[in-house]
Amino acid sequence: MENLTKIRIEELNLSIGRAKILRDISVEIPKHKITVILGPSGCGKTTLLKSMNRLTDLYSDMNVTGKIMIDGDDILHTSRDVTEIRKRMGLLSQRPYPLPMNIQKNIAFGLEISGRRKRQFRDKRIEHYLKQASLWDEVKDRLKEPASSLSIGQQQRLCLARGLAVDPDILLADEPTSALDPISSQEIEQKFIELKKGYTIVLVTHILRQAIRLADYVIFMYLGEVIEQGQAEQFFNQPRTEITKAYLKGSIN
Amino acid sequence: MKINTSKTTGLRKSLQRAEEIFFRSLMLLSSCLIVGVLLMIIISIMRKGIPSLSFEMLTRTPKGGFYFGKEGGILNAIVGSLYLALGATLLAFCIGLPVAIFMNTWLLRHRKTVNLLRFILDLLWGVPSIIYGAMGFTVMIMLGLRTSLLAGIIVVGLFVLPIMIRAIDEGFKTSPAGLTEAALSLGSSKSELGYRVLAMQCFPGIVTAILLSFGRAIGDAASVLFTTGFTDRIPTSLGQPTATLPLSIFFQLTSPIPEVKNRAYAAAVVLTIIILLTSLLARFFTSKFKKQSIKF
Repeated sequence: MENLTKIRIEELNLSIGRAKILRDISVEIPKHKITVILGPSGCGKTTLLKSMNRLTDLYSDMNVTGKIMIDGDDILHTSRDVTEIRKRMGLLSQRPYPLPMNIQKNIAFGLEISGRRKRQFRDKRIEHYLKQASLWDEVKDRLKEPASSLSIGQQQRLCLARGLAVDPDILLADEPTSALDPISSQEIEQKFIELKKGYTIVLVTHILRQAIRLADYVIFMYLGEVIEQGQAEQFFNQPRTEITKAYLKGSIN
Repeated sequence: MKINTSKTTGLRKSLQRAEEIFFRSLMLLSSCLIVGVLLMIIISIMRKGIPSLSFEMLTRTPKGGFYFGKEGGILNAIVGSLYLALGATLLAFCIGLPVAIFMNTWLLRHRKTVNLLRFILDLLWGVPSIIYGAMGFTVMIMLGLRTSLLAGIIVVGLFVLPIMIRAIDEGFKTSPAGLTEAALSLGSSKSELGYRVLAMQCFPGIVTAILLSFGRAIGDAASVLFTTGFTDRIPTSLGQPTATLPLSIFFQLTSPIPEVKNRAYAAAVVLTIIILLTSLLARFFTSKFKKQSIKF
């Protein structure tokens, strides 16, 4: 049970034009854990994350080889519709992007996409997901107000609730706290720890302390390659490579 | 040495200030010029037009001898122009919105194709309307059709289509990539992304596009010259020829009779007011919907 793999990436190479962004990535991401992808800026963390829900399809001149297996299904070479793949993953980006609708409809949009259109359950479900993102108490009296009226920390939690409303089993987070104030950041981190019981969480960060706080499993990347991966405890206490040691000490950034 | 450097920085500072003053006054001058020209046009139209503007003119169709200064009005042209411009704008919108969405969702990873499309559309935007009119006329002759409201709507619709697409497209371009990614990562299809997210986010841009197209459609004379014809009656079906305000202005202005000439200015006042009203209406609706779009 401990080592159930949710996502297995094999020999993933990704280049845009002539620039190689990812080289020979092979990683395993365990189920119901927080996996942190750690590394300095520009090492390909975000690209790796986006290739997992195929947002990399939007890049022009992109060339990708290798395999990304999610529950044993290769999402790069599947005949299934890409929206089906994306529905299984929620994404939190560097800064929140609420949809241009009111708070309630932001969640309802997620519900509709996952095919749960029944009106009678709608309000209950909206409440459920807003509670799951600890936002309900703050917004229950202003559900009809535009999402843009929320503070940025609230917006990020709204995005989390919206992502959960699609009923995914994986959460992808791309430096989700980088635009937030310390208190909002803490709330998001707390949510991740609560949510990992039911979700496989992949978190990209360049904040070492955040990684130490949250990680169960660490993937360390440097210049488009995976340098080291392993259980968090072992990674932070007994790093195996020189680059990792240097990074943990703070000499590479 | 020290004095020398402070002298040069002092000189540089005063140069900078002179530059600042020069460019600021240049901007002020060009702004005044533009506003001045606009005011001159409006004032001269109003001054000549308003005295001849009467209730009769707005509510009646031309009677016999109208173009020789006798009684009647330009209701035929007002209604005709509104029919034509509304129809053409609607047509251009129904084609243009999907095209703009297609360019900004499906073609997202084919940037070269999109840029080529934009270039072609910009070229089409620059094609004079008489070319569209002549093209429409040629097709109509080929098919053996007579001038009609429908033909005008189609030709003017095609004429404003590039404006519509490019204006909506420019609006979509201001929407951040992160919003597109957020919507897609939820698992929404490209249509859902386009019609429910992008269109909502860029609603003010879409309103502007419609307004821009409507303004061009109602004000253009050359494309309707061959295609909609001219008549004194208000059209009751799409198959009938239709009068338009620009042509009505043109026919009256070429008259040697001063009364008729002044009526041309009155018609111009009507046209200006229609455009002003649409503009105000559009602004009202834009501000009403703006609060939903997310500021980044």
